[in-house]
Amino acid sequence: MAGPDQLTRVGDATSESQDVAFAGRSQLQLAWTRLRHDRVAVVSTVLILALVLVAIGAPLVAKLVGWGPDEQDRVHGLTPDGLPVGPSTLHWLGTDNLGRDVLVRAVYGARVSLVVGLGATALATLIGVVVGVVAGYASPGVDTLLSRLMDVVLSFPFLLFAIALVSVVGPSLKISIIVIAFFSWASIGRVVRGQTLTLREHEFVEAARSTGAKTLRIMTVEILPNLVSPILVLATLIIPTAIVFEATLSFLGLGVEPPTPTWGNMISDSLPYYNVAWWFVAAPGLALLLMTLAFNLLGDAVRDALDPSAARLTRVKVRS
Amino acid sequence: MTVFLIRRTLYGIVVLWAISVATFALFFVAPHDPARIIAGRLATPQTVALVRHRLGLDEPVLTQYWHFVDRLLHGNLGYSFYSSTQVNSLLLTRLPVTVSLALGAAVIWLSGGVLVGVLSAARPGSFVDRAATVVVLTGLSTPTFLLGILLIYFFFYRLHLVGIDFFPAGGYVPLTQSPAGWAQHLILPWITLAFVSAAVYSRLTRSSLLDTMSQDYIRTARAKGLSEQRVMFQHGLRSSLTPVVTQFGIDLGTLLGGAIVTESVFGLPGLGQLAVQSVTNQDLPVIIGIVLVAAAFIIVANIVVDALYAVLDPRVRLG
Repeated sequence: MAGPDQLTRVGDATSESQDVAFAGRSQLQLAWTRLRHDRVAVVSTVLILALVLVAIGAPLVAKLVGWGPDEQDRVHGLTPDGLPVGPSTLHWLGTDNLGRDVLVRAVYGARVSLVVGLGATALATLIGVVVGVVAGYASPGVDTLLSRLMDVVLSFPFLLFAIALVSVVGPSLKISIIVIAFFSWASIGRVVRGQTLTLREHEFVEAARSTGAKTLRIMTVEILPNLVSPILVLATLIIPTAIVFEATLSFLGLGVEPPTPTWGNMISDSLPYYNVAWWFVAAPGLALLLMTLAFNLLGDAVRDALDPSAARLTRVKVRS
Repeated sequence: MTVFLIRRTLYGIVVLWAISVATFALFFVAPHDPARIIAGRLATPQTVALVRHRLGLDEPVLTQYWHFVDRLLHGNLGYSFYSSTQVNSLLLTRLPVTVSLALGAAVIWLSGGVLVGVLSAARPGSFVDRAATVVVLTGLSTPTFLLGILLIYFFFYRLHLVGIDFFPAGGYVPLTQSPAGWAQHLILPWITLAFVSAAVYSRLTRSSLLDTMSQDYIRTARAKGLSEQRVMFQHGLRSSLTPVVTQFGIDLGTLLGGAIVTESVFGLPGLGQLAVQSVTNQDLPVIIGIVLVAAAFIIVANIVVDALYAVLDPRVRLG
């Protein structure tokens, strides 16, 4: 645990006077104060909130612009050659290959990204924490079994397996969330298990055990609160990965089913038109980049705030 | 060392078996019929039944699995449902493309990532460090397919407009046919893969090097009067490369099983593209083949990485 003397080394955000004010606060309060003084964190949070608001208010945007997300403009939606139409007062960010409004579709796409990104992260965190704590606290036999399970999940060629899975069970919002969560929980589980292994040797756990506390109680009341920081950091860093994962599945045609707009399937649709309709790829592309960048920046800031000595984290990646 | 290798190999085989079972089971969970897809839309029920029989799909699941394992132990992955070619030869024709792509990109991202990481760690908080952080976070946040499209737009299309046709938009030329054409066709895919991966490496190198440079033995080296460069490169870098090696092994292993997105965007006929095609065609033997090959690459990479640990860090003992 970081004591006050260690906090002076935190970084440029903390000055001497602030350290005095920090005295007597809990670790989370300290982190919160640091986070509030971090300009990058504030900017990225504002950006994320704005994107969330846009996603929630998507029907309002549609009303304002005058086009539904799946509505085709049969009069002015396409050029006489059947190509997408550029930005105008009628379609603020132009139209796509079927004469639908790109702005409205991109705004609706934010919904899928956020729902899948946050939903998959929540599910993955839940599974990872439960498995991690149980593996770290239970008997060696259970630990070995669960650790091996995590090893197997981590050595799956996961994008490959994910597309195979989706092709069999059929693409849907629910499946996207489950698939992404399934391949993300193990990295959280590993970290949580490691932390639990060290925590269980502490005196306060010993004390609880000697007063007759049940295993479940020790896990939830004694150990879990001490894991909040690493869990929070890991979860924030998984969100952008999950968002990119969703976009990748949609891009490959295995995400949410069309005509529901997602940034991934919009970019995929725009591929044949990249040289005649820049707006078609730019709108979803920039939106996607902005959202993942904002979450990555926030994740970094949360890590700096919670763990000033900056522990190395394993990031789950959906590259290739 | 020998005991370690034997144990890890046996364990790797168990993991491979678990993955093969999972993949096999996957295709019996959902109600679907590859025979129907292969026979075509206009096929009569008799034709579909015939196709099903020819592919052995009318046998019980366990019998099918037994045939599969039996073939596998003889090094045969079976025949593609779709093209009736041997899965082995199908994978072998695709492998060079994926290997070319993965190895070339790996060279770029490893050298680039470590270099940027070292530069950042040399003066933390400097302009170079902060600029690197911005580039790194952009790299981490850019989806691979988006970067690929951007590169095609600027390096193929915009240059094409001004009369420069150096960069092709996609496709593949074998190394044996024309080394220059091979490199030319792979430059953009290499950059795409390398940029998104280099970010992680520069981060890892930076944090690990900063960590190492604050240790006692580095202070000793400095106190001996060694130059800062010598301290960093000869004493610091070696032990701080351990996490980089781990990540590299896993990443390279994953990529060798098919760079699905990059291959799709650039139309490279590698394992990743084959995977997407087989998934669309429900070509079970090919999918299982690719999943197994990909998993094998990951497992081997992990074993190599753990063995390398002992070489890089004398404190590590294998057992």
